[in-house]
Amino acid sequence: MSPAGELRTLLADTVTRLFTDLVTKEALESAERGDWPEALWAALEEGGLTLPLLPEAQGGAGGTWLDAHVVVRAAGRHAAPVPLAETIVASWLLAGAGLDVPLGPLTIAPVHPEDRLSLIAGAGGWRVSGTARRVPWGARARHVVLVADANGMPAIALAECGAARVTPGRNLALEPRDTLVFDDAPVLATAPARVGVDDPLLYGALARSAQMAGALESLLQQSVRYATERRQFGRPIGGFQAIQHALAVLAGHAAAAGIAAERAFAAADGGDAAFEIAVAKVRAGEAAGVAASIAHQVHGAIGFTYEHALHFSTRRLWSWRAEFGSESRWAIELGRRAVARGADQLWADLTAR
Amino acid sequence: MAIFKFALTELPPEAEALRAEVREFLRETIGDRAAVQRAASWGGWDPEFSRMVGARGWIGMTWPKRYGGHERTFLERYVVLEEMLAAGAPVGAHWVADRQSGPLLLRFGTEAQRERFLPAIARGELYFAIGMSEPDSGSDLASIRTRAVRTDGGYLVNGTKVWTSNAHQAHYAIALFRTAVVPDRKHEGLSQFLVDLGSPGITVRPIVDLAGSHHFNEVVFQDVFVPEDMRVGREGDGWMQVTTELAFERSGPERYLSSIALVLELLRHEARNPTERGAAVVGRLVAHLAALRQMSLSVAGMLQAGDNPNLEAALVKDVGTTFEQEIPEVVHALLDVEPTIDDGTMLQRTLGYLVQRAPSFSLRGGTREVLRGIIARGLGLR
Repeated sequence: MSPAGELRTLLADTVTRLFTDLVTKEALESAERGDWPEALWAALEEGGLTLPLLPEAQGGAGGTWLDAHVVVRAAGRHAAPVPLAETIVASWLLAGAGLDVPLGPLTIAPVHPEDRLSLIAGAGGWRVSGTARRVPWGARARHVVLVADANGMPAIALAECGAARVTPGRNLALEPRDTLVFDDAPVLATAPARVGVDDPLLYGALARSAQMAGALESLLQQSVRYATERRQFGRPIGGFQAIQHALAVLAGHAAAAGIAAERAFAAADGGDAAFEIAVAKVRAGEAAGVAASIAHQVHGAIGFTYEHALHFSTRRLWSWRAEFGSESRWAIELGRRAVARGADQLWADLTAR
Repeated sequence: MAIFKFALTELPPEAEALRAEVREFLRETIGDRAAVQRAASWGGWDPEFSRMVGARGWIGMTWPKRYGGHERTFLERYVVLEEMLAAGAPVGAHWVADRQSGPLLLRFGTEAQRERFLPAIARGELYFAIGMSEPDSGSDLASIRTRAVRTDGGYLVNGTKVWTSNAHQAHYAIALFRTAVVPDRKHEGLSQFLVDLGSPGITVRPIVDLAGSHHFNEVVFQDVFVPEDMRVGREGDGWMQVTTELAFERSGPERYLSSIALVLELLRHEARNPTERGAAVVGRLVAHLAALRQMSLSVAGMLQAGDNPNLEAALVKDVGTTFEQEIPEVVHALLDVEPTIDDGTMLQRTLGYLVQRAPSFSLRGGTREVLRGIIARGLGLR
C-alpha cells in the first residue's frame, strides 16, 4: 500500500474506533441537552484527527483532502456532535494564509451566502464588523476563522468566538448554529486570503457533502439491520419485496452521494473543486430527502420516536442539506455555468473533470 | 450486511488520448445529425457505421488479438463507449455482439467458436441478437420452455422467443433453450446456443412498438436444427452463463445516457431563454450526470482490476435508468411544450421521441423489479 493509502487506513481505523466508543446514544442525547462532549473532543485532538490537512510540523497529519474525507465521512456516519468538519476547514483556511492554528475547536464564518464581514485597520490592529448568521458551534468553538473583506481584498482573520455578541440558535439536530455579531471586534491575526470570500461556503459545502454521505451510509445500515430483525406476518420484513425495493432505492442514493462527495475531495486536492463540490452538495441533498423518507418508512413507528436512534441521522440530514447552500443554490450555480458554456460544451466539460 | 464499494477511478492518459480520436471520428461521421436522430443512440442500426467503428479497432477492444481483438483496457473501452453514447452514435448493429455475445464466447465458447465468430464481430460485420424471453417467460426467465432435443449431430429446437431485438437484421442469436426438464428445478437443464437466424424452420415476425418502430421480433423455431458445435458451454450450464452475460450489460454508460440528447436540447432552450428556475433544473441534471458517470466509471475500474462488481453494476443501472426516465418529466415540469413526432422544434421532437422510448429503459435487459431484487440480495435481504 502506498504511504498515502496507509495514512487513510490509519485515519479511518482510528476515527471509527473512537466514534464507536465515544459517540453513543447517551453521548448524543447529552449533547442535545447542550453539554459539550469534552472527552470526545480531547480524544479527537489527541488522536491527531482534528487537523488532518496540516503539515506534521504544525501538529497535523500531513494529509490530503482525500485523507480528510475519511474523517469527515466518519463524523457524519456516527453523527459526532462536535465541530470536527468545521475545524478541519477552518484550520486549512488558516494554514493556507500562513497563520498559526490554535488548539481547540474552530469554526468558520460567514456560512450564509448573503453575510459579509469587513476588516478595518484601527489603531490597535485590525478589527472586524458584520453579522454572521447560523455559525456552527459559534458560541462553543474557541476560535472562529473569518473570511472578510479588507479594503476590497479577501482576508483571513482569526478571532475569539467570545469577541462576538452571540445569539444562540440551533438546527433540527440541536447542533448549535449561533448568530455572531462583530461590532468593531478585535482579531488575533489576519493575512491576505488566497481564496475567495465565498470559500467558507464552498468548503463548508464540501464538508457537509461528506458528512451527509456518511449519514446516508448509516441510514442504509440501520434500515437493513432493522429489516432483517423486525418480524411481521411470520417473517423478517426484509423478506417482503416492497421493503427490499425501497432499500435498493436507498442504496442507490447512498452510493451516488458517496462517490460524488469523494470525487469532490479528490478535486479539492487538485485545486479548483467548485464544480465537484456543487455536484456533491446537490446530489447528497437530494439523496438526503429520499433516503430519510425510506429509512423512516422501513422503521415504522418506532423510528419516529426519540427513543430510537434513527433520528440522530435523519434530523442531521434534513438540516445539513440546507447548510452551506441548499441543493437549489448549488444547482442554480451549476446550471448557470452549464447554460453559459452551452450545450456543445456540456459533455466535454463533464469528461474534463 | 454486505456493503457496496464505489472506488474513485481515474482514467489513464492513454484513455484520454483515445477520447480525442473518438471525438474526431464522431465529428467526421455523424457531426451533422439532429438531436432526434441522436436520441436513438444504441437503438440506431447502421452497418456502415459499425464497420467504420470496427476498422478503427473500437469493437472487441479488450479481446485477445488472436481473435481480432485489440487487447486494450476496460477503461479505454469505457471511454469509447461513453463518447459514442454521449454523441448518440448509431451503434446498435454491433452493440449486442460487442457487449454480450463476444464476451460470452470468450468466456464459455469453444476455440473453434471464438476463431469463427470473434474476428468478424470485431470488424463490425457480424451482428447478434439475444434469445432469452418467451411469451410466458419474461422476468421469470428460468421458466422458459423452448426445447432443444438431442438429435443426430446436434439438437432440434421447437418453441418461441419474443422481444428479440433486431432478430430481423442480425446474423446470429445466442439463445437459451431447455435441454432437459428437471422437475421442480427450473434453473437446471438450460443451455445456450449460437443460432444462425437464417436457419430453415426459423420464422421472424415483427413486433411493432407503441411508437410504430420495429425493433422487437417474435422468433418461432419449428424443428430447427442446431449443430452440436454451436452449443455454448456445457449442456445444463445455461443459467449460470446467462446470469454472467446479463451482468456484462448492467453498468455501462448506456444506462444513464439514453436521454442526454434531450438534456442538451433543454440546455439550448435555456441558453436562448435563461431563467433561474431553468438553471436550477439543468444544474440538478448536471449533478446527476456527473455522479452517475463516476459510479459507472468506478465499475469499469473494478472490471479492469478483475473484480466482480455485481451489486455495484445493478446499482448503476437502477439509479441510471431512473435518471434517464425522469428527464422527460423534468422538461414537462419546466416548459410549456408539447411532445411531437414530425413537427415543432427539435426540443419538442426529441421530447416526443424519448417520452415514448422511456418506458423501455427500465425493462430492457432485466426489469427494474428484477434488478432491485439483485440489489436486495447484495444487501443481504434475501
